[in-house]
Amino acid sequence: MEFGIVELSRLQFATTVMFHFLFVPLTLGLSILVAIMETVYVMTNRPIWRQMTKFWGLLFGINFALGVATGITMEFQFGMNWAYYSHYVGDIFGAPLAIEGLMAFFLEATFVGLFFFGWDKLSKTAHLIVAWLVAFGSNFSALWILIANGWMQNPVGAEFNPMTMRMEMTDFFAVLFNEVAQAKFVHTVSAGYVTASVFVIGVSAWYLLRSRHIELARRSITVAAAFGLASAFSVVLLGDESGYDAGLNQQMKLAAIEGMWETHEAPAAFNLIGFPDQEARETHYAIEVPWVMGLIGTRSLTTEIPGINDLVAEAETRVRSGIIAYDALVQIRETRENTDPAIMAQFEAHSDDLGFAFLLKRYVDDPREATEEQIVMASNDTVPTVWPMFWAFRIMVGLGLGFIVTMGYFFYRASFKGMDFPRPALHLAVWMIPTPWIAAELGWFVAEFGRQPWTVDGVLPTAMSVSALSMTEVAITLAGFVIFYTILFIVEMGLMLKYIKKGPFEDVEETRIWTKRHNDRLSGRGNADAITRPDATPAE
Amino acid sequence: MILHELMSYELLRMIWWGLLGFLLIGFALTDGFDMGVGALLPFVGKTDVERRVAINTIGPVWEGNQVWFILGGGAIFAAWPPLYALSFSGYYLAMFLILSAFIVRPVAFKYRSKRDDPRWRASWDWALFVSGAAPALLFGVAVGNVMQGVPFHFTVDLMPIYEGAWYTKFIGLLDPFSLLAGFVSLAILVMHGAAWLTLKAEGNVQTRARAIGSVAALVAVATYVLAGVWMATGIQGFATVGDVVIDGPSNPLHSDVVRTASWLSAYADRPWIAIAPIMGIVCGLLTFLGLRAGREVSTLLFSKMAILGVISSVGLTMFPFIMPSSTDPQSSLTVWNSSSSHLTLFIMLFATAIFMPLILMYTAWVYKVLWGKVTEDDVTDKSSSLY
Repeated sequence: MEFGIVELSRLQFATTVMFHFLFVPLTLGLSILVAIMETVYVMTNRPIWRQMTKFWGLLFGINFALGVATGITMEFQFGMNWAYYSHYVGDIFGAPLAIEGLMAFFLEATFVGLFFFGWDKLSKTAHLIVAWLVAFGSNFSALWILIANGWMQNPVGAEFNPMTMRMEMTDFFAVLFNEVAQAKFVHTVSAGYVTASVFVIGVSAWYLLRSRHIELARRSITVAAAFGLASAFSVVLLGDESGYDAGLNQQMKLAAIEGMWETHEAPAAFNLIGFPDQEARETHYAIEVPWVMGLIGTRSLTTEIPGINDLVAEAETRVRSGIIAYDALVQIRETRENTDPAIMAQFEAHSDDLGFAFLLKRYVDDPREATEEQIVMASNDTVPTVWPMFWAFRIMVGLGLGFIVTMGYFFYRASFKGMDFPRPALHLAVWMIPTPWIAAELGWFVAEFGRQPWTVDGVLPTAMSVSALSMTEVAITLAGFVIFYTILFIVEMGLMLKYIKKGPFEDVEETRIWTKRHNDRLSGRGNADAITRPDATPAE
Repeated sequence: MILHELMSYELLRMIWWGLLGFLLIGFALTDGFDMGVGALLPFVGKTDVERRVAINTIGPVWEGNQVWFILGGGAIFAAWPPLYALSFSGYYLAMFLILSAFIVRPVAFKYRSKRDDPRWRASWDWALFVSGAAPALLFGVAVGNVMQGVPFHFTVDLMPIYEGAWYTKFIGLLDPFSLLAGFVSLAILVMHGAAWLTLKAEGNVQTRARAIGSVAALVAVATYVLAGVWMATGIQGFATVGDVVIDGPSNPLHSDVVRTASWLSAYADRPWIAIAPIMGIVCGLLTFLGLRAGREVSTLLFSKMAILGVISSVGLTMFPFIMPSSTDPQSSLTVWNSSSSHLTLFIMLFATAIFMPLILMYTAWVYKVLWGKVTEDDVTDKSSSLY
């Protein structure tokens, strides 16, 4: 594959979006965890919970700044690098993006300032409401961006208008309640909640290992483990729902994840591991688990899941049908409103396959002049590269199951063992901090790389979506983003580590006095189990 | 869904043209003073405490203000997809510079005061200055280019093609008229930032802001008048010819456009639009007087009205053009040929009608909570929660 403007633009998009998503999951989850902590503070009036709110809130703020900064790029990059995409589907795709701004960005951005600056200006309840509004704002933004992304995976509620040469919305509610979008939304925010929980537990475990900020750390783990356990179940279940939805409308993606070249008899087996070979169209040394794939993909024991080879054959018939649609489109463009009804009918009969004719544009300017060989090449292009899909998916799922086990363990220790955590578990928690980010990035990789060669599944090929730019321009901005982002990332990590090392530094005296009195009171009642550990002394 | 047909397509297009202006003006009024304060930072604050005062006047609100910019992008995408596709890819490197500024700025705000090292702080101060001044200038340059027409055409597939090699696409933006427009925009936002600082700061910061701001106000008015004269005498305009279909499909290739001697003919056709430039000039001068006299609330109000006048004068002069093409006038984007579909415009209007009043309400509430001056004591006493 030659490296041209399409590949460079894809590289740029992948770089900026994956970088952006280093910050998003933590924002999604930590905003809620912080709001929960503040809720406990307002309900119990115990200063330790305000200290927790401020401490985790500070780390939230450092992370949030980069989430906002890198998010701006995303909103503008469609127009900059993907101009034809923007023209072709802006009528549908632009709407959720704009509503995201109206409903979510304004909410979170307006109140996040007040969250940090408003401690002395607002009543306790008003400040708590502000904290929740920030959390809602962040999570609403995930809703709308996933409605937009869900539409790229499963383009419902729209049809092609030959007069404007673009897709136009026909049913907003179909776009809104797109099952793919809804499943992806819950899957994605749950992943964010798991990320924040692993982060909070990991940082707290680091304090416990050093016997610092023990009161804060134990309580933080308790909250995060409960929240994280529920979220870890949710992320895996909704991931499964996404798999089921993919089985209905993105069969090629499902087959690629599975490395399943031939259609097998139902219920299909799941390749636990194996080595997909794109050339030979085989998956070598596969270890199969019977029935599992059929159950995930179809939720039945009798429905077949088509293999890659059969899907390619189907794509070929759609390419041929698309050429007929394209032929009619060319005539409609010339005669416009005065088009012969027969031509119109010809177009409408084949317009669903128009995108498949566009796959030929990589090889020939006018799809009607495509040779047999080019049609076969275009059909083969509908197969994404299988091995990265295969492995990325398995690592993600493995990590997801690992989160359930870890969260379950910490939840158990926190709830039934008096918040007593063995040291090996604490070490593990520290080392686990990066894993939810790995899982989240791999998840996006599977979703987006698996959508190739399309930007909008079956509608618009990636190769046609790019702007008319020179390699130089895209290279300049890509280099610029990489340099910028690298510097910002180093600065961000530096600040994160500095403030984690520093620990909570607000309300220290008040919290210390309260904690002492609280623990004395507990021991006075003879509740020895809860206070056998040394008293918490803030480090500074 | 047939509900959307309650409103005609052409009415929706008109409304969305108005909303486009509303969003741009909303951005200039709110984020405008953030950019102005950024551009003023090295000049109004000589010590670290003074600079922190200036930064903290916008500290709690810049984030919400910046959303006007993001929403502007999103709304153009949703309501004017060909404009979004064309302008963002056409102004590619200029867009990148603006984006860079908006990437650096949030980080500079948040991170500047998190370390005591003077070199650390000086670097972020510099970042805040550039990320305030550069976009302020570039937005004006972009408007100057749009008024002269932009070299682009659409292919039969409606792929937007911006003509020229990559370096001419960028350097070509910086012609004398567009640079003048850039200075109008920079001066007016500096004036706006100074009006804000006058309201929110006191002492040295306020005194310096008033002095620099009153100069900026005069420069803004002078350059704006100069640009107006230049536009009237030296810049060709555009006009649609024949019967214009105002409720047809959005296809820029279906229209008929010619170049005219000047945009000034708009003022002959619709004399009432002269109210916009008059408002810009008069309120600009009133801002100057207000800054000199040390009035606080009314000065900011005049500054806002000056911006409102200046931005709407551009839109009203060019109507119905949004982005005319200098090399292929037939490809020009107008209100009638570059919108979203009837249904999408309606849905977006519905969403805006629900959320925009809410946004304005809670934004107003936040400003009310934060009402009052930021003092040097605030900054030194509570160094933990302020920037």
